[in-house]
Amino acid sequence: MTTHLFVQSLTSGLTQGCIYALIGLGFTIIFNVTGIINFAQGEFVMLGGMLSFYFTRSAGLPIIPALLVSVLIAALIGAALYLLTIRTARRASVVSLIIITIGAAIFIRGIAGEKWGVNPISPPAFTGKHPLHFLGATIQPQALWIIGITLAAAVVLHFLFSSTVIGKALRACSMNRSAAGLVGINPRMMALIAFALAAAIGALGGAVVAPLSFMSYDAGVGLGLKGFVAASMGGFKSQTAVIAGGIVLGVVEQVAIAIDWGPFKSEYKEAIALVLLLLILVVRSRKLSEEERVS
Amino acid sequence: MLAALKKHKWSYVGMAACLLLLVLLPTEYLLAEKISLLTAVGVYSIVAVGLCLLMGYTGQVALGQAAFFGLGAYISAVLSTTHNVNPWLAMLIAAVATGAFAYVVGFPILRLRGNYLAMATLGLGIIMWVLFRNLSQYTGGPDGITGVPDLSIGGFVFDTDLRKYSLIWAFCIVILLISQNVMRSRAGRALRAIHGSEGAAESVGVNVTQFKVKIFVLSAVYASVAGSLYAHQTNAIGPGSFDFLASVLILTMAVVGGLASVWGAVFGAAAILILKIEWIPEMSKMSFFRPLFMSGAAYLISYGLLLMVVMIFLPNGLFVSLRDAFDSWRRRRTQRGVAG
Repeated sequence: MTTHLFVQSLTSGLTQGCIYALIGLGFTIIFNVTGIINFAQGEFVMLGGMLSFYFTRSAGLPIIPALLVSVLIAALIGAALYLLTIRTARRASVVSLIIITIGAAIFIRGIAGEKWGVNPISPPAFTGKHPLHFLGATIQPQALWIIGITLAAAVVLHFLFSSTVIGKALRACSMNRSAAGLVGINPRMMALIAFALAAAIGALGGAVVAPLSFMSYDAGVGLGLKGFVAASMGGFKSQTAVIAGGIVLGVVEQVAIAIDWGPFKSEYKEAIALVLLLLILVVRSRKLSEEERVS
Repeated sequence: MLAALKKHKWSYVGMAACLLLLVLLPTEYLLAEKISLLTAVGVYSIVAVGLCLLMGYTGQVALGQAAFFGLGAYISAVLSTTHNVNPWLAMLIAAVATGAFAYVVGFPILRLRGNYLAMATLGLGIIMWVLFRNLSQYTGGPDGITGVPDLSIGGFVFDTDLRKYSLIWAFCIVILLISQNVMRSRAGRALRAIHGSEGAAESVGVNVTQFKVKIFVLSAVYASVAGSLYAHQTNAIGPGSFDFLASVLILTMAVVGGLASVWGAVFGAAAILILKIEWIPEMSKMSFFRPLFMSGAAYLISYGLLLMVVMIFLPNGLFVSLRDAFDSWRRRRTQRGVAG
């Protein structure tokens, strides 16, 4: 592999990895606050991309307002998902919750397919069409937007969790839900906020990545799985670890494709993350099942 | 024998009714119009019953059943077309190979539970789909494999729709009976104990992981047999039948039918296929639904709604909840009769 191909893989891996990191953060927030894995998380990424395309194209909004409106709508849908399904199914088992969130994912996918059609869309880039050159690699300006917005989101989240009352209440819930309830924190309210927040972060990722790679109504499951892999690599705990997990996953994928030999081909790109996932899960199975028993 | 007959009176009545229905169904009208739908119900019932058993008796969910369904179909198709293996032998090889594969991946995967098991099986399903689609030199890539021969016994070829229907339902009935017997054996009791509490089951000497792997392998073998039958029925297969949505389709059938119910799986398969193949195309013709049903993604909306609504309000499944309601009504009636 030549140096510039390697640098190219690193930069595209970093860009893709940022999106995986944002999706993974969504999984992590919901899981820590409620103990639920939201199998519909990837659908919010799809919604972010589709909504922002819809608002810039059909409604003619400039990109930043369109982005904000899309993220807000996704957050509302996330909150509705919690209120209408998770909250209605009281004392549901883990398996029921998995099936319910899968049902929600398929439902959202179907609605998106009906609303926006089944063809992939490609919204215009935020700024500039001319790629930049860096150490022999080409970088789309959109990639810089992705990296910048991910960084900004990470800083905002860090501030939210460390310095605001809501953030501290969310953290209290993730440490011990019943104890948090005893000191006057409403765990259901926190769960609602977690779902809305996770949906918003996912949609933000979807909206910034859509101009770089296509977005279509059925992209949710694939993106969700990548985000789940990022979150598992980060151990579902610290935000920094999840972001690192996402970036590592993105880089591994791109480098593997660049090797272009044997099983390392772009046709198998989808499978790389999943093989990693199976390895992580199997290696950590004992620890994971103990955690699940405790929670 | 008599005692068993008495104890499970209603399930035998149900079975007899089902058999009668299956013989009577292929009337002239249905033969012309709906026989392929009825045959598909048989194929998917076999896959769904495996998932029903796995979910109902271990309390775990697998989201990659289409992988085993596809393995069966592809192994049968490849062996009987390019290698000229006898189709029955190919089907047997497919079942054994799929079972062995499920056994090897089952041991590490089934030590996981809940969310992680669901994600692991979901991932496995997608990996297999990627392989079906991309190992073009064996699987024909996105185009799949055509010219899969019909099954035959001696000189009797299962080539017409009615013959295929009969063959597939004969397989389906045998598999349902086997499943029912498995569930009434020691293994079935052990599995129910696992669903109740893994810890408690383990403490009375049930090897939890081993039992889970066994039922996982059983469900994979069922799916493989169904896949082989499907390949020989349609004579052509492609990766589209074994993707993530195929796994969701099977999951919806199992959820609608009811976890842990053998006959519920048939109900679920029939309900979902009728919904997908009959009702939704009908509804999309009505002016009221037309704006909603434009792009062919409408069936996803209905699956999603079904999965959510059934799991929220009837977590034991639609069929099982109806059956339980019928049982408790009957019991109340008998009790009143004794008192009076």
